[in-house]
Amino acid sequence: MSESKKSSMFSIIGASSVGTMIEWYDFYIFGSLATIISTKFFPAGPGSETLSFLSTLATFAAGFVVRPFGALFFGRLGDLIGRKYTFMVTLLLMGGATFTIGCIPAYETIGVAAPLLVLLLRLLQGLALGGEYGGAATYVAEHSPTNERGYMTSWIQITATAGLIVSLIVIALTKTVLSKEDFDAFGWRIPFLASIFMVGISYIIRRNMHESPLFSKAKADGKTSTNPLKESFGNKLNFKYVLLALLGVTMGQGVVWYTGQFYAMSFIEKIMNVPKEQVDNIMIWGLCLGTPFFVVFGWLSDRIGRKWIMMAGMLVAILSYRTIYTKMYETADIKNKTEIVEKATSVAELKENAKNKNGGVDSVYTVTKVFTDGTTYKEVKTKTLKNGAVEISDKDGKPVIETKKTVTINDTDKWTLTWLVFIQMLFVTMVYGPVAAFLVEMFPIKIRYTSMSLPYHIGNGIFGGLLPAIATFLVSNATKLNTVAAEAGLPKVVEKPYLEGLWYPIILAGICFVIGTIYLDGKDNKVND
Amino acid sequence: MNAIKRILGIVWILIGLVAVYYLIVNQAIMLWNKGGENVIPAIIYTVILCPMIAGALGTFGLYSLQGEFDDKD
Repeated sequence: MSESKKSSMFSIIGASSVGTMIEWYDFYIFGSLATIISTKFFPAGPGSETLSFLSTLATFAAGFVVRPFGALFFGRLGDLIGRKYTFMVTLLLMGGATFTIGCIPAYETIGVAAPLLVLLLRLLQGLALGGEYGGAATYVAEHSPTNERGYMTSWIQITATAGLIVSLIVIALTKTVLSKEDFDAFGWRIPFLASIFMVGISYIIRRNMHESPLFSKAKADGKTSTNPLKESFGNKLNFKYVLLALLGVTMGQGVVWYTGQFYAMSFIEKIMNVPKEQVDNIMIWGLCLGTPFFVVFGWLSDRIGRKWIMMAGMLVAILSYRTIYTKMYETADIKNKTEIVEKATSVAELKENAKNKNGGVDSVYTVTKVFTDGTTYKEVKTKTLKNGAVEISDKDGKPVIETKKTVTINDTDKWTLTWLVFIQMLFVTMVYGPVAAFLVEMFPIKIRYTSMSLPYHIGNGIFGGLLPAIATFLVSNATKLNTVAAEAGLPKVVEKPYLEGLWYPIILAGICFVIGTIYLDGKDNKVND
Repeated sequence: MNAIKRILGIVWILIGLVAVYYLIVNQAIMLWNKGGENVIPAIIYTVILCPMIAGALGTFGLYSLQGEFDDKD
């Protein structure tokens, strides 16, 4: 490729990647700020079941159900009208929805309209994301020389992780600049509002781009599809490849991606009880160190083929997840540490609680332990008092006690966890780096946008997106079984309950590995452009 | 390899059926009966995960059995 062509290629990649990264940023800030969003728009209290249901819908529906619909809707547009026009629309839709979320008055101001508006805008975000990725990947791939598609499209693959990193950094910066009270009052809106500037810049850059040359030629020759949905999914000849792309690649890729980036984060925070600030720090380092490998594996896929890199990524993930998560858990497990007994403290006090409607007072018992390696452990048990006595649950007749454990780890343990997240990131980059080029090459130009977007968003949105919730549920279920067994004086039912969540990615990636290994022919550039 | 692909077609259909049994009978119904916060995973299993896994694996298995994925050369 000549120097001028190379430079033009990188401006195409830059313009496409920045826009896609902003879309991921927009999508992730909602998840990263989910706790504060729930207090503003879905507050707990009497009759909060409906709000809690809306909150769940907002979190799950956009990520899982709506993304494939966005893929179908915008994929069809992209194959009918063009790639450039479509991913301009998705960019504006995403940016507009994100900015508006930052402007909605809280529940206490406009009542139930607030959560309904958030739900609606979150659905629009999901639709936009469903349309964006396929457009950007197709657009870059159709500009790239066929022998460099893996390398060129790997820059698009970086954007999902980069969007997550940027969202974590913007939130961390906002929290640093503002006091906790200011952040809770209005500061949480800043990451949402900031999106409009980023989207504006990206829009201006993308506006000056030209349509994909392959699509333009197909359109000029009258070879575009008149009904991309029917040709993609109503035709066995193509539909079987959609199924193969889903079950042989994107299902495994999706669960490996979500395990490495999201389940790892949720595992460290919720199961290991490490404070959020330390978790964000570990994740930012782990993700940043791993991100360049998207390009490395994308580049490598142009040389040795895409199939075996992706299959190898799935296989090492399947084989090593239990070892990695055992090591992660043991790193912060205080049972493995030596306590400095004389530094232990315990305080019992009564605290005012504005949310407690039964007298406004909670009984709080705080235990703090310090360990020789610098780790500190804090356990806060809060009993709700009702008319001066401990409230008894209607469900099980036991006292209502909320326990919050926090394990603040030392620097060595922090770096150990960062290293373990980085290893998982390598698996992510192996399966995700080459996947855009792989999917693009599986389908012909006239139905490419539609055909590749659907398996991608089912694999990532549904199989991957459900992973943190299902895995956390499996862990909590195993923990409850052990608790019941312990109360009955029986031995543990599950030896390591914290590993139970890993069965979901291991089984799905295992099925995907077998299907991919046997059914994919391993010949890249299957479709002749 | 084509024979293996066709035989595996039956395996994918069976895994699809096992997924239906596990997700609906073994998980969703039990969770639904427990009520409370268990209803959400029950809905996810029944409405999203089960049709997706069973439908996709079943159809893929059927195509595989019919020789749709056979190597032609």
